[in-house]
Amino acid sequence: MALNGDPEVILTEQNFTRSAGRQLALYALYALLALVALVYLLSLVMGEASGNVTGSAIDVDNNSITITLREEPPQLDSGRATDAASFVVLAHTMEGLIGYDDNNQLVPGVAERWEIREDGATFWLREDARWNDGRPVTAHDFVFAWSRVVDPATGSEYSFILYPLKNAEAINNGELPVSYLGVEALDDFTLEVTFERPTPYFEKLVAFNTYFPVREDFFASTAGRYGADADMLLYNGPYVISDWVHNASMRWEKNPYYWNDQKGFLDAINVGYITQDVNAKLNLFRDGQIVDTHLVAPMLPAAMEQRWHIQLFMEGTVFFLEFNHRDGRITDNYHFRKALQLAQDPAELVYKALKEASYLPAPSLFPEFISGVNGPFRKEYPPPEHRMNVEESRKHLEMARQELGIDEFPPVVLLTGDTPVALVAAEYYQALYKKHLGLDIRIDAQIFKQRLAKMTSGDFDIVLAGWGPDYDDALTFGDLFASWNLNNRGRYTSDRMDELVRIAQSSLDPQTRMDAFGEIQQLVYDDVVIIPMYERGWSYVVDPRLEGFKRRSIGPEVDYNYAYIESGN
Amino acid sequence: MWLYVIKRIAQGIITVWFIATATFFAMHNVPGDPLLNDRAVTGSIRANLEAKYGLDQPLMTQYFIYLGNLTRGDFGISFTQENREVNDIIRQHFPVSAILGVLAVVFAAVGGVLWGALTALFRNRLPDYVIMFLVILGISVPSFVLAALSQLALVNINSIFGTTVLPVAGWGTVSHMLVPALVLGLGTMAYLTRLMRSSMLEVISSDYVRTAKSKGLPATRIFTRHQLRNAILPVITVLGPAIAAITTGGFVVELVFAIPGLGRFFVEAVQQLDYTVIMGTTVFYGAFLVFMVILVDLLYGFIDPRVRLH
Repeated sequence: MALNGDPEVILTEQNFTRSAGRQLALYALYALLALVALVYLLSLVMGEASGNVTGSAIDVDNNSITITLREEPPQLDSGRATDAASFVVLAHTMEGLIGYDDNNQLVPGVAERWEIREDGATFWLREDARWNDGRPVTAHDFVFAWSRVVDPATGSEYSFILYPLKNAEAINNGELPVSYLGVEALDDFTLEVTFERPTPYFEKLVAFNTYFPVREDFFASTAGRYGADADMLLYNGPYVISDWVHNASMRWEKNPYYWNDQKGFLDAINVGYITQDVNAKLNLFRDGQIVDTHLVAPMLPAAMEQRWHIQLFMEGTVFFLEFNHRDGRITDNYHFRKALQLAQDPAELVYKALKEASYLPAPSLFPEFISGVNGPFRKEYPPPEHRMNVEESRKHLEMARQELGIDEFPPVVLLTGDTPVALVAAEYYQALYKKHLGLDIRIDAQIFKQRLAKMTSGDFDIVLAGWGPDYDDALTFGDLFASWNLNNRGRYTSDRMDELVRIAQSSLDPQTRMDAFGEIQQLVYDDVVIIPMYERGWSYVVDPRLEGFKRRSIGPEVDYNYAYIESGN
Repeated sequence: MWLYVIKRIAQGIITVWFIATATFFAMHNVPGDPLLNDRAVTGSIRANLEAKYGLDQPLMTQYFIYLGNLTRGDFGISFTQENREVNDIIRQHFPVSAILGVLAVVFAAVGGVLWGALTALFRNRLPDYVIMFLVILGISVPSFVLAALSQLALVNINSIFGTTVLPVAGWGTVSHMLVPALVLGLGTMAYLTRLMRSSMLEVISSDYVRTAKSKGLPATRIFTRHQLRNAILPVITVLGPAIAAITTGGFVVELVFAIPGLGRFFVEAVQQLDYTVIMGTTVFYGAFLVFMVILVDLLYGFIDPRVRLH
């Protein structure tokens, strides 16, 4: 048997390498072919998806756009939703009695007109508002939805927003049956509300998700899975969810039964990607796959080089140092808090430490967008003038020392979240108070749920906290430090504050209410309830062909309801 | 043989039970409260939520209820996505991770074996140096850097060609998988290359290869039958755990490329203290890993007659 090759040739090292190498190259070729075959087979199995072509952010022919959602909406049951992603979806697929237009003005939704009185309110519903199965939206759908929210069995975290309704709080606490709730359908299209106490801002509340209607027979038919899938929801908004692949994509199509032709101009909105990775979003935007994205500070120079039109939006969330006012804490001492207040300057924090171009130093608990009687609240009631004054600060610290009767201050525990911004801010205060006051600040960085747990149990001296608005009224910030507010996690209590909050809650005279908020603003500064740090904003870019896109402080963070494609080219 | 298989499976079940127990108690000792949220709730709502998730029971009772559900294969309802069962989450998202992982492992194994053989063949010569340099690079560069860079490269490639050559992110077609799978598999490919190289070198200097050469066997036959086949064994051994590791470790790649895989749940559940999802994904992945190890041990016998089991 002749062996392969020439038997005369002695198998030298070099020859061996050469033939083995040739063999290896052959294997590599086989492997490559096998890989190609595998990928081809896979592609046959998976099929070709439509879309996802460069430039598909805007599809002029089909009058549709592609967007991203920050995360998989965890809860599309409007009565139980609490998060930003779900709010965005609900704002496009549902409609309450009243809504906001593209200028943030209240406009009729399902309610054609309404009347707010001292003891209650009446809403007259339009007869052409329909669910996406064609049946009319009636007053009964609101009664059912609201009763469900206050029913403790539902476990709605936002039930507190219905507390202006008569008996709502008692029902929510399990003290009264649900049927005692102060809401009634006089007929199919008249909704009668009875208040627990005068609620002049009620029209702003009903715009909130938790007040959206739910139809009873449909809800019952979902057998506890209401909101879990596209077909487990009944829609009455401009769009319906026609397709929902969990954690991957969604498609919203125009609701044929929707009554308002001033809203929902696009035929379809594709949620092409569910991600909050800001780099991935930027890459998708550059590739022409999505119509808008937000930018973080390091991206701004490159974005300016691209000559993008960068827009800025203040979202209305205020971040602050919240003190623990519980007895026995050093932060319960007024002079100690005053010392900390006087030794800091929010502008320095924002401009020198955080360096986020879209953040603003916060002079007040109330953010910029809050309105007063006629104009912006902060124009009518300017925030207290703050000047950093280290000398004065040291005097207060000395007074605190004497009042507390201690020689040396123990380390102060500064509780914070684990986000980069929070950590930079915490380290800033740590260095600042060491330098000016010689205080030791111990940073306690925790994951979100643990920070909340410690805030709730009072296991901190100071906490880096934030608050965003739920409805478009100063009260959404103003009642935060009422002694009965569960979100007052520092347990600040003062009779004057409680008195002012009650006036702000119940007075029917706008001027009286705003005066109360003005005084609350001053009291928060004078009594050093908190130290405001900054107001958060977003830098963002939008595809220039898309008009009418809105970011909002109240309701959905991004709103495409009024968006349309510029038909110029 | 069958006795051995049954024994291995029994061991596997005990391992999974151990994982489940350890995770359960570790998780309940992680500081933080899964039911707390931005907006504080009243005591009665809190009580209702606790009852819904069974958190009002003593810990040991919760544990036994949990074990009972586990034997029925029921992981419960997610805390963060309140309308979804953990079983559904695993069913919908694991296939995505799995297909991505398998593709990555195929890339890694094929590449690792070929490059490893090549470097061994040309040891201490130029191809060896170049490839080993790249291997060191592949092992040391973390996948999030690689993922971000490759995504950026895709954007640039697409803009040069003015059309979508390969999509930047997303999921749905094979073209969505190629780059993420490559990125995901690259670290393993580098590792396997090194493993294959050292294993080849050991075989090359062994007695039976010298014998084969002196017998005058042709080079291709020695290379294929005596060298490659023996050198590949260690690679096969690590392949099983590698599949499991890649499938479960795709979090970063899934995040960057917006891929709806299970890895994202695995990591985000821990951050959100989503008890049921933590338990579900951990036990599932644990069982998966155990299964892969057993599978490889059994497969080993088919490849190497010397360890065939009797």
